[in-house]
Amino acid sequence: MERIPILKMGRFLLVTVQVDMHDRLAMTLQDDLTGRIVKDRAHGVLIDISSLEIVDSFIGRMIGNIASMARVLDAETVVVGMRPAVAITLVELGLSLPGVRTALNVDRGVELLKGCIEERAQGNGHVAG
Amino acid sequence: MEKRTKLAEIVKNQHDVILNDWVEFQLNATTLRRDLMKESELREQSREFLGLFTQAVQSGSDIGETIWKPVKDFLGQITRSRVLLGFTPSETATFIFSLKQPLFDVIRAAVKDPKDLVADLWTTTTLLDKLGLYVMELHQQNREEVIHRQQEELLELSTPVVQLFENILALPLIGTLDSARTQVVMENLLQRIVETGAMISIIDITGVPTVDTLVAQHLLKTVAAARLMGADCIISGIRPQIAQTIVHLGVDLSEVTTKATLADAFMIALQRTGATVTKSAATKTKG
Repeated sequence: MERIPILKMGRFLLVTVQVDMHDRLAMTLQDDLTGRIVKDRAHGVLIDISSLEIVDSFIGRMIGNIASMARVLDAETVVVGMRPAVAITLVELGLSLPGVRTALNVDRGVELLKGCIEERAQGNGHVAG
Repeated sequence: MEKRTKLAEIVKNQHDVILNDWVEFQLNATTLRRDLMKESELREQSREFLGLFTQAVQSGSDIGETIWKPVKDFLGQITRSRVLLGFTPSETATFIFSLKQPLFDVIRAAVKDPKDLVADLWTTTTLLDKLGLYVMELHQQNREEVIHRQQEELLELSTPVVQLFENILALPLIGTLDSARTQVVMENLLQRIVETGAMISIIDITGVPTVDTLVAQHLLKTVAAARLMGADCIISGIRPQIAQTIVHLGVDLSEVTTKATLADAFMIALQRTGATVTKSAATKTKG
């Protein structure tokens, strides 16, 4: 069965959606990703949707859900590379993904994640000290 | 059949008389626009139209028939040029309606029998009315085309996205935001974010006259879409009255950074991108 690959990059996981997501695929991704976050003890997840051209309300919601689940598992999530048309569609559908971090491309996403994790480390340090 | 030929015959025989009277009439009419059109041009147009009219009327007075096509085409040409020159509808229609008087005059002179006279006048008047209405319709159509074209141009002109600095875009909005414009604004902005890789975009609403719930909703949509692309938005140029309206309407702008002026917004954008502005030493000593 078709699967979306999840790559490990240091402390981050990189998910690149290269095909148009259908509902089953999104559900599988949700299972796989949550499993991998726990297994690899990832601190951050990058979801690259630059190849995603078509979204519907279900896929939009799934993206939001996956990001929220990752956060529950203590991994910062950044959705990167959303196309303008996809962004407009999601907004028109009323799914502006509140609480999900976004970045223009993978580079920016990695920077953002690093920043977040550093901040968190410092915050923890403060509390401990 | 007989009536029709009579009108046709009269028009054909009295061509020059009608033309002279008609031009005379138009020149004396209050609706004449000497500032927009030369007398020679009017004379030429009248001559050409009467020629085509005479030809067409020989085979009937139903302007739906193909024989009237040259007449209609010519009227289309005249109307278009007059619309562009800025004629009002009645000024354009006078071109046709002013033909009534001279035509009636010659018919009255040529037809003696009262019954025939009435019949002839009736045919003529309905024919000219039809042509007049046709001109009015064309005029309207042309005006609508102009409006439509201007609307499109306005849409393109009024939504520029400018780059202020590395990673900073500005979107100065001027005029009311409706759904169609929001769509264009949003598309332009997102496209430019992709092209320039901007991290912050400033939406300046100094030129937006009123902000109601709909406009606010459109603004928030744009902000949300930009955020999904990974760019932060700052709304600037909020005038005191608009701030009051926004609060009275209960619009929640708490999730968006808002600034009173574009300058403030630019400063905060520079700060967030890690850039600083300093005055050069020379200026400092002068000051």
